[in-house]
Amino acid sequence: MDILTLFIVIPVLTIIGIVFSKDHKQVKWTAAIGMGLQLIAAATLIILFLMERKAGNMAEMLFVKDLVWFPSLNIHYLIGVDGVSVAMIGLTAIVIFAGIFASWEVEELHKEFFITLILLSTGVFGFFISLDLFTLFLFYEIAVIPMYLLIGIWGSGPREYSAMKLTLMLMGGSALILVGLLGLYFNSNPSGGQLTFSLLAISKVHIPVEIQKFFFPFLFIGFGVLGALFPFHTWSPDGHASAPTAVSMLHAGVLMKLGGYGCFRVAVFLLPEAAHELGWIFIILTTISVIYGALGAVWQKDLKYINAYSSVSHCGMVLFAILMFNKTAMTGAVLQMISHGIMTALFFALIGMIYGRTHTRYINEMGGLMKVMPFLGVAYVIGGLASLGLPGFSGFVAEMTIFVGAFQNVDTFHRVATIIVVSSIVVTAVYILRVVGILLLGKINNEHYEHLGDAKWYERVSTGVLIFGITAIGLAPLWLSEMISGGLGPIIQRLLMASPIH
Amino acid sequence: MINFGFTVWIVLIPLIIFVLVGFFGNRFKPVVSGIVGTSGLFVSMALSYYTAYQYFFNVPRVGDAFQKLIAYNTVWLRLTEKLHIDLGVLLDPISVMMLIVITTVSFMVHLYSIGYMKGEKGYERFFSFLSLFSFSMLGLVIATNIFQMYIFWELVGVSSYLLIGFYYTKDTAVAASKKAFIVTRFADVGFLIGILILSFTTGTFDFITLTDPNGTAITQGGGIMFLGLSTMTWSMIFVFMGGAGKSAMFPLHIWLPDAMEGPTPVSALIHAATMVVAGVYLVARMFPIFHFSAPVALDVVMYVGAFSSIFAAVIACTQFDIKRVLAYSTMSQIGLMMFALGVSGYGEEAGLGFMASMFHLFTHAFFKALLFLGAGAIIHAVHSNYMNEMGGLRKHLPITHITFLIACLSIAGIPPLAGFFSKDEILAAGHEKSLFLFILGLTISALTAFYMFRLYFSIFWGKEQNYHHTPHEAPKVMTIPLMLLALGAIFAGLLPFASFVTSDGKPLAMHIDLAIAIPAVLVGVFGALTAMVFYRKETNIPEKISTALGGFYRAAFRKFYMDELYLFITRKIIFNYVSRPIAWFDRHIVDGSMNGVSYVTNEVSTRIKSFQSGQLQQYAWVFVTGAVALALAFIYLWTN
Repeated sequence: MDILTLFIVIPVLTIIGIVFSKDHKQVKWTAAIGMGLQLIAAATLIILFLMERKAGNMAEMLFVKDLVWFPSLNIHYLIGVDGVSVAMIGLTAIVIFAGIFASWEVEELHKEFFITLILLSTGVFGFFISLDLFTLFLFYEIAVIPMYLLIGIWGSGPREYSAMKLTLMLMGGSALILVGLLGLYFNSNPSGGQLTFSLLAISKVHIPVEIQKFFFPFLFIGFGVLGALFPFHTWSPDGHASAPTAVSMLHAGVLMKLGGYGCFRVAVFLLPEAAHELGWIFIILTTISVIYGALGAVWQKDLKYINAYSSVSHCGMVLFAILMFNKTAMTGAVLQMISHGIMTALFFALIGMIYGRTHTRYINEMGGLMKVMPFLGVAYVIGGLASLGLPGFSGFVAEMTIFVGAFQNVDTFHRVATIIVVSSIVVTAVYILRVVGILLLGKINNEHYEHLGDAKWYERVSTGVLIFGITAIGLAPLWLSEMISGGLGPIIQRLLMASPIH
Repeated sequence: MINFGFTVWIVLIPLIIFVLVGFFGNRFKPVVSGIVGTSGLFVSMALSYYTAYQYFFNVPRVGDAFQKLIAYNTVWLRLTEKLHIDLGVLLDPISVMMLIVITTVSFMVHLYSIGYMKGEKGYERFFSFLSLFSFSMLGLVIATNIFQMYIFWELVGVSSYLLIGFYYTKDTAVAASKKAFIVTRFADVGFLIGILILSFTTGTFDFITLTDPNGTAITQGGGIMFLGLSTMTWSMIFVFMGGAGKSAMFPLHIWLPDAMEGPTPVSALIHAATMVVAGVYLVARMFPIFHFSAPVALDVVMYVGAFSSIFAAVIACTQFDIKRVLAYSTMSQIGLMMFALGVSGYGEEAGLGFMASMFHLFTHAFFKALLFLGAGAIIHAVHSNYMNEMGGLRKHLPITHITFLIACLSIAGIPPLAGFFSKDEILAAGHEKSLFLFILGLTISALTAFYMFRLYFSIFWGKEQNYHHTPHEAPKVMTIPLMLLALGAIFAGLLPFASFVTSDGKPLAMHIDLAIAIPAVLVGVFGALTAMVFYRKETNIPEKISTALGGFYRAAFRKFYMDELYLFITRKIIFNYVSRPIAWFDRHIVDGSMNGVSYVTNEVSTRIKSFQSGQLQQYAWVFVTGAVALALAFIYLWTN
């Protein structure tokens, strides 16, 4: 069996294992072992990939496998990876692994919980390896739908409302995507003959500009909804606030990245001329996302809302960078997806752990927690510093790559947008330090908190893995950045050909 | 020629200690952390002195000029084909000089802290942060390219944040650390934008390429004009913004006085001797670009420096918290350094200002660190920061007293102490530019002497207060660094500094011009004597004067309302008028319209669903009514 299919098979086997598990403990351990294997598989994939590249295999996609599964519409199970998807698979494996350990204390319907959670991750993995648009969409839906159950059943607060809102908005996005994908399919062979869903085949075709311009907004907005594009981001604060810890982690950490990845891999890659012509609209929207999300976070009092708005800002930067249409900025976009993915998963994990102890998420009701839970406190500070782009953590690498890349566009419009986006890092510092100051530092303002315990071993595993991720990338970013930019050749070439200056 | 590869260890040793003490410090007795940290810094210091010796005496010069050497370099991140961020070690006169300053002061502070922090909670945390800071600061000065500098620039910022907020259960300390970080962060955005413009225009981050007077970066000129200034000028102004933030130049200085909430050794190391001069170092590092490509930006440096200097000196005369007096004094002295850079030319005698600035940076590090550590010993003894709660301490703290006096004499510019020589060079450089600037310099000198001796006499002379317990001298581990630094404050000025550090690397002959030295000393003595008359014995002169000055005194005492202004902008405007409306807008307008869509959908479906009632009579009735209505409509259309 090829290594990529393994990423579907392992979760499915894990799910089967969970079904036959007897008690809570067995369920947890099955999930942990399964996702541990998945993490090892991801590491192996990265190594194999780098070795292939080093050996001189410069094919656009590696480990390609093609099986027909619905011949009449020419739908294939077509999989393969380049540097970008390998990086995203690595991210997903880390986040889901940490997520299992962060859900160690889920009691209610634990079996169903872990099954749904892992099912969701299966969708994500499938999405990242798919090269057939139909399969890609199928996996996309597999990733989105379990979310409804996870929030609706295991959530907190107004969970039915949030689950409904999140699902409906994302479904709205899916509908747009579906229209866009069908548009691509029916124009995939302008000379007549067999239509195709294959991403690689469509990327070799020239679709007329007018048609591109019609379908581009469907795809970009459709994926953009999931990537928290302003003004379609409002599912995110409510959704996160009601979601259980691991779901928030996975959702903000990975699922939102499907949006960015889709915009990049489908919308921009397949419709480059339209991207050039209509990009300015989305540059405005993403610039707003970045600064607006950051400013919105300053005022919030609920930890999850703060992090949700912060995610709007950071994910806005991903889409912004994609629209800069050059290799540096796009490398930055992918780096930012990975960096933000790990970072925000860390935040949500910590928020869940803190909430589990204090039973509140309002920062004003807490204070001085550093003293009673130093491990969680330090982890939160590390997450915060990574989020505000401190060198030595992944956020810095990603942001600087984006800024330098964005600055390669010389016209005033791009310059102004870039400078606004750059300025957002001050606002980020403001809200991060505000939270750290109120939540962790100062005096303990509630005597009940004095007896709270610090992190348990599984919580340390969960946060430790994520902290390791952001620090490792932050200290030695070169290999990752080279791996990603190596995969960007085709898209950059297509954009160059489509560029009006060309 | 010797291989300078070992210089990497000067930087790495503090990093290793940070990691070791940070992870394992709490498994041992606290003092172990102190000893490990101090000995690590000692090794770094020894290596720095060895490097300096080798660099200045054993490296062949080219055309009499000291060369810039790359001792180590590696690519850390590749951004575009041309731009890549490297990490490495650049040795040139100013970076070697900075290595000496940082490791020396840092070692002294480490040693002193073993005594000062004794019994504090978080002792090992303190030492690990101190090492983190030393690592970051050393990495900053040896940067081979501007992006490396930016990386370490941010790291010193965060170490400063962590150390100011060391007493994290104290609300004022938390607020101060936050303020310091955010204000400097704001400035750093300017720095970053400056880097982006600069690197885009010149196609490189590398310092050697950038600052070579005959290199492409400088010879290609200022670039296109934008809003009346060239691209290069804009980029340098932005870069200087970063420097002004770190170096607490007006109007970005407001974080520095508050930063005194940190433990006193931290103030000595970070907020007096090293981090706050990073801005000066940055301008010095980029000096050829400022001089050749962006003279307007260099003028900005001069004006900002001069104004900050006099502004801070005035405020320093009115404060009562001894650490705040010293903080404003630091700001004033750094202003002088900036000012000296601003008036400087490039090469030979014209580069006098550059040399003077670096020289003052060098001597200032010793006497200002000494002043802060002395202040720490005093605070340690009387448990107060306020000079009006002190007095007559000279009998109780003999060593602190003498060393503090030496530092005051040195900063006041009394010969033959170190401060005299460096300040004299700055005044000479100012004099070359214009008489007005010279007089401004003299005024600042007079004010400096006044506020320093006001401090000195209020603490050590005057009336003895009722202390809780009799103040006693600090332990040896604290007084030894004081004495060592006092040696520096006395003798550092006698070094032939101009033979080592100049704008173009070629040695310069240093001489004392009596026409400048005599008035400089006279105003210093005048300032000191005035302070003596006012504060040696209790008098009512200061009160009379402050009453006579009225509004001006009150304004200076309230630091010219800068804090209030900032609070107004951040709290009122940004928080209340930007962030809050955005949060509201998001909840009610953006989200409201999303909810609106679902509400409309819901309503529509509620209305429609009543059609599907399942009652045959109703269906029949609707069918018949519809058919009749259609028939009527058709007939109507038909007949017309």
